[in-house]
Amino acid sequence: MAPAASAPLLDATEPWIRWNWVGGHVDLILGDLGQHVELTVIAVGAGLLIAIPIGVLAWRYRGSRAPVLGLAGAVYTIPSLALFALLVPWTGLTVLTAEIGLVSYTLLILVRNIVVGLDGVPAEVRDAALGMGYRPLRQLLRVELPLALPVIIAGLRIATVTTIGLITITALIGEGGLGQLLYDGLQRDFRTPLVVGSVLSVALAVVADLSLALVQRLLTPWRTA
Amino acid sequence: MSFLGRVVHWFLDPAHWHGDFGIPNRVEEHVVMSLVATGAALLIALPIGLTLGHFGRGGALAINISNVGRALPSFAILVIAVQLVGIGPKPAFLALVALAVPPIMTNSFVGMRDVSPDLRDAARGLGMSDLRVLLRVELPNALPVVMAGVRTAGVQVVATATLAALVGWGGLGRFIIDGFSQLDYVQVFAGALLVVVLSAVAELSLALLQWALTPAGIRSAAAADRGHAVRATAPVAEPAT
Repeated sequence: MAPAASAPLLDATEPWIRWNWVGGHVDLILGDLGQHVELTVIAVGAGLLIAIPIGVLAWRYRGSRAPVLGLAGAVYTIPSLALFALLVPWTGLTVLTAEIGLVSYTLLILVRNIVVGLDGVPAEVRDAALGMGYRPLRQLLRVELPLALPVIIAGLRIATVTTIGLITITALIGEGGLGQLLYDGLQRDFRTPLVVGSVLSVALAVVADLSLALVQRLLTPWRTA
Repeated sequence: MSFLGRVVHWFLDPAHWHGDFGIPNRVEEHVVMSLVATGAALLIALPIGLTLGHFGRGGALAINISNVGRALPSFAILVIAVQLVGIGPKPAFLALVALAVPPIMTNSFVGMRDVSPDLRDAARGLGMSDLRVLLRVELPNALPVVMAGVRTAGVQVVATATLAALVGWGGLGRFIIDGFSQLDYVQVFAGALLVVVLSAVAELSLALLQWALTPAGIRSAAAADRGHAVRATAPVAEPAT
């Protein structure tokens, strides 16, 4: 029997937020928020570290592109609750389980945008770099990746916002950041943590998205738009 | 017996194939709920998105709705829906509709707006009335993008219907959620496999539908579009939550 199914009647007069509960649980809320940020940073950071070499290789060796993107796409269609459920028997109710799932979801978005971003580098720019005597690695690092940055960061923004949403689900396996507030509110039929968890989760997504947009502007000063 | 052996056993157990708690009934609940919710979302989102796109108005609205939709976790929508209408099928339905509307609305807007003005001009030059331009030129050309939105929405609805087990509704999520509360990981794993298969079936059927509904003349152009990047404002399949 699911815990929520046993919840009896809802009290419609319960206010949406009780500020005294919020005041009394600041440490708990900040702790959950902190864990949410931590899980997000690890997932997106690890996702990026894995996606860059895969993306670059899939871009260089065209034959590998379809299988790489196909595999990432297949993982992407697995519902998150099912993906975590498939992992739990092997890796337990741990942060590792949560992160394996979260990183897998970032890979499709990141790899695809890295490939497309690199594809978008104009051929004449690459010719010019070659003519100036750039070796392939230096050309990749100094010319191609910087020019692909806007598209890569666009992918990073989507991956980050998506991850922040997905972490609410990982509360079910005990590692949920703000999702724990949602789950707690659901089980006790208590609205305040639901509202606090939802609002903070959305706010975190918006702040992360805007910060990454700002990072993109700072990293690509040659783009005035 | 190994873990996977026990999972196979779980599937072979006839008790899991009968009655209200059996696999067939859970699949049926899941599929019916997904179809009804996606259908309701279509009724709401298509007219609004197509109209706004036809007139080229309200772009910021249509695109922002989809961005907000991405930031709002489906679990949060679900638990808030419970507070509004109680546990059971109702909050699941409401949350699924709320999830499915943004991708359909955004894509129908973008699909209509991005029909090439040259095509519209050519159709008018041929003497087509406004209504005929709309029905014979704009809609067929917008269709691949509109259907991509429907596909995204449908796949996400099937995925999120799994979560609805958390709010006291049935569907395939029951096996996962009940398995977790009973610490029965065989059931959890078996339920997850069923969900994966159903999502794959949903994805493939919608892809087939998209292909079948796309007029032959623009199929190749649509195929060439597939390699596009995921951009912050572009409609993109979301991981199903």
